[in-house]
Amino acid sequence: MMVGGALSPGYRVARWGYVAFCVAAFVFLIAPILVLVPLSFNAEPYFTFTEGMLRFDPEAYSLRWYRSIFDGDEWTRPLANSLIIGISATVVATVLGAAAALGLAHPAMPGRKIVTALLISPMITPVIIAGVGMFFFYSNLGLAQTHIGIILAHAVFGAPFVVITVTATLAGFDWTVMRAAANLGANPLVAFRRVQLPLILPGVISGSLFAFAASFDELVIVLFMGGLDQRTLPRQMWSGIREEISPTILAVATFLIVFALLALSTVEWLRRRGASGGQRAG
Amino acid sequence: MKSSGAVVLGVVLVAGCRLAAEPPSGSPPGGDVEERSITAVSYGGSYARACVKGYHEPFTAETGVRVHVADFMGGLAQVRAQVEAGAVHWDVVDLNVAETVNGCDEGVLELIDPAILPPGPNGELPEDDFLPEMNTECGVGTLLFSTIYAYNRDVLTGPPPTRLADFFDLERFPGRRGLRRSPEAILEMALMADGVPKERVYDVLSTPEGLERVFRKLDTIKDQVVWWDTSAQAPQLLADGEVVMTTAANGRIFNAQVLEKQPFVIVWDGQVLNRGQLAIVAGTPRLDDAIRFVRHAARAESMAGVGRYIAYSPARYSAEKLIDRHFETGTEMWPHMPTNPANMKNYLMTDWQWWADHGDEMLERFTAWLAR
Amino acid sequence: MTSQESPSVSQPPARPLWRRALGPRLRAAGLALPLVAFVTVTFLGPMLSLLTKSFYDPEVADALPETMAALRNWDGQGTPSDEAFAAVAREFVAARTERNLGRTANRVNRVASGMRSVIMGSSREMVEARAAAEAAGAATDGAFWRETMVAIDSRWAGPEPWRALEAAGQRFTARHYLKALDFERGPDGGYVRAAEVWRIYVPLFWRTFLVSLGVTLLCLVIGYPVAHMIANSPPKRANVLLLLVLLPFWTSLLVRTTSWIVLLQNQGIVNDFLVAIGLIGDDGRIAMIYNMTGTFVAMTHVLLPFLVLPLYSVMRAIPPAYMNAAVSLGATPFQALRRVYWPQTLPGVGAGCLLTFILAIGYYITPALVGGQSGQLISNMIAYHVQTSLNWGLAAALAALLLGGVTLLYVVYDRLVGIDRIGLG
Repeated sequence: MMVGGALSPGYRVARWGYVAFCVAAFVFLIAPILVLVPLSFNAEPYFTFTEGMLRFDPEAYSLRWYRSIFDGDEWTRPLANSLIIGISATVVATVLGAAAALGLAHPAMPGRKIVTALLISPMITPVIIAGVGMFFFYSNLGLAQTHIGIILAHAVFGAPFVVITVTATLAGFDWTVMRAAANLGANPLVAFRRVQLPLILPGVISGSLFAFAASFDELVIVLFMGGLDQRTLPRQMWSGIREEISPTILAVATFLIVFALLALSTVEWLRRRGASGGQRAG
Repeated sequence: MKSSGAVVLGVVLVAGCRLAAEPPSGSPPGGDVEERSITAVSYGGSYARACVKGYHEPFTAETGVRVHVADFMGGLAQVRAQVEAGAVHWDVVDLNVAETVNGCDEGVLELIDPAILPPGPNGELPEDDFLPEMNTECGVGTLLFSTIYAYNRDVLTGPPPTRLADFFDLERFPGRRGLRRSPEAILEMALMADGVPKERVYDVLSTPEGLERVFRKLDTIKDQVVWWDTSAQAPQLLADGEVVMTTAANGRIFNAQVLEKQPFVIVWDGQVLNRGQLAIVAGTPRLDDAIRFVRHAARAESMAGVGRYIAYSPARYSAEKLIDRHFETGTEMWPHMPTNPANMKNYLMTDWQWWADHGDEMLERFTAWLAR
Repeated sequence: MTSQESPSVSQPPARPLWRRALGPRLRAAGLALPLVAFVTVTFLGPMLSLLTKSFYDPEVADALPETMAALRNWDGQGTPSDEAFAAVAREFVAARTERNLGRTANRVNRVASGMRSVIMGSSREMVEARAAAEAAGAATDGAFWRETMVAIDSRWAGPEPWRALEAAGQRFTARHYLKALDFERGPDGGYVRAAEVWRIYVPLFWRTFLVSLGVTLLCLVIGYPVAHMIANSPPKRANVLLLLVLLPFWTSLLVRTTSWIVLLQNQGIVNDFLVAIGLIGDDGRIAMIYNMTGTFVAMTHVLLPFLVLPLYSVMRAIPPAYMNAAVSLGATPFQALRRVYWPQTLPGVGAGCLLTFILAIGYYITPALVGGQSGQLISNMIAYHVQTSLNWGLAAALAALLLGGVTLLYVVYDRLVGIDRIGLG
């Protein structure tokens, strides 16, 4: 905003205030995440920086909490559950979501507005409400306390991400190309693979990453519908935090931060490659 | 892409179905199919360890039936939910008497034939050997535990609190208080601290005025309360200095004292005693093993075994004689047990009938009070 | 040959008109159909089941059919007929013997507190009374039961327990909604507002609304300059700054909540730091978590990216020329900001605030972990009724009311701004 030119002292103070405020806000955003990483290497079972850590004494750091993740199945089973549920839900969400996005983006799609609203609705409904409804509904179907129930629930929350990202990549797509391909004798599947698939692929990948991350981090549904056998990573962290925070939780948290960084970098990289879409959705 | 997608979808659904059809965690993954096991549920932490050492492991050694331990925070909610959903994966649950009586009325717990109770080590008859009112239709008594309050001597350095009323005295003992997020024992403690004689506590609680009096008393400390849910949190809050005193199950404080050398002090004045029982979830497919397990836990030796790890009083007179020293530190256990006469100068025995009838209502009132 | 070839070349035009018009539409709809069906079953189904559960409650009616039939002719005054006494006795004794009366009693207790002890206490003695009467060969008719039940518990001589039974036996009922709005049954059987000290849900809805509003405003105050700075930085720096917003956005909610506990707890980093620099004494550590402060700080942190991202995408599209023009026309930078810049960012402000607010009012995990008691919101109460009290009708009614509120917000927003502007930037 701040245009150069004759600057009053008042303006300069405001300008400095603005910069200081923003810096503080960025620190507020990022510090809580960064602070966990060194603490997870603490040799002592404390949650604050010991004197040794501040002196960078190698003795004060250790990998013991990372080793304890893999001791027994307290964390490995939840991790396996999270992966099984997350990947299955993502596959369902991606296949259904990408197909729906192709339909929605087509100029001939009837009732686009209402269909979009329906497909997006799981994403914009507070999870607690959806969670209560799903608990009743899936219990009646005998799907509570099963992997499949949670997979279905996570898939329906993940699908909107795919719909949005894929639709974004198709914005401005010239549909006459598809008709031209058909007229040239290409079978629709071939036309899709050669023309549309490369175009939507970045959207499909980032959408499915969003869907996977959403499932990987989801807790309310798992709390309501999961039994002992559906303990996921967030569910295990939840009981850990409620009982007593063990430093192992910080190690798991660090692992999740690395996962977030990887997912984020992939999506950003795809976004920049497919600059035509240009829009960050989800 | 669509057809390959359909194949993947199919694979995932099949995989999901297989997982869904997997037996509950009662059976160890990939283990011997013949291996039998049951799931016993209790309050976790040091108490669960005491049970494992005290009678789970001896039971497994004797019968070959493995015992899986699951944690909960007390109450019937999960038992009700499992029975109503028809998916019972808990077998034996640690409950207090009021809870087993309610669960029995609702049909979510199995009836237990008193004939299964084993005699004492010298052939004592169960009906004479158990302390009064320890057993009910669906519950077998194993121990008595006490809700007391404790403080951290390192934090509270001035003159120490000695009476129940001191817990509510913010002027002489300023600082945050830890309380379990449940009306049990707190209502009684608040009334006794407010000057109601202990014989009259439940009469007063039964009147609307009495209820208002309780919550008025609790209002005086409400701003200073840190609520905790799991028993393990109470010593943790005290050790971290989050609170200067907290109510707790006496055994948890004892363990922190002897195992972690925490400078905690228990105030026995106004302790609220309650009976702990084991109950069997109705409709469990592992009923026979569950009954054998409960029968094993009801032996005096089992109770004394638990008493070597945590300071809860046994439910049988014959077991009191077997109480020994702490397994690790060699501390004499009996002086730390709630039914030791030295600790019983001013105590209240929980009226389970009253709680069975009013528990839900009190929980509702308590929740309303908390929320406002 | 040519005669055979020409039709194949002109084949598309030769297809019937309706197919040409419908084909693409059908194909487009066909592609969307699987997901539409999937969402309908796995999401709309649960929503429908939620709404049903909030007003349809057949448990007591199914458990005590004869009692309900006998009470149908009762005018609600005094006591009902002997027939009703006989029916209640028959069904109580039978259910007691089968050990499922407790469940029914729990449900009646939700209509009128205290009914559980009336039913369970009475039925215990009624079983004995029937056994005694049968042993003595006495008749156990309605008159017998009227006398016996009133002798066991004098409350059966008044209308209250009967009204409670009748109310709990309604299959289609508004009682869950009335309870969710803090109405309770008055002495005459009608519904009146609960005494102020026992009102839970309306104050909690109100608190949830205020906290969400507060968090949203806090996010706006922090997020607006942040989004502005990102949108007006050179591309390289903008990317780095954007990363600082996106990393928290992608990081697990539980990780961020854990982190706030580690930072803010009594022996946590912030308190340690304040003690180390001598700002507070070791005994003067500040309680920043397990209370409303904790809820506010952690929720603001979690939701801030949801406001920054839409704002950023709107701000990026505003050409700096507008501001320059305003200033060169003599406006002070602040006037230009207020008159020129702010109005153009309104769509982003609206979308971001709506999204943040709606996410905030449904928040459950963060308040449950860091909110202590005073930081609990309506969703914590919904979860409590689903998982602990098992009062599912009430949980459904509370969730339905919340859903109604959210829908209303969307409708208002759609009228004012247009719903299609929603999206994360």
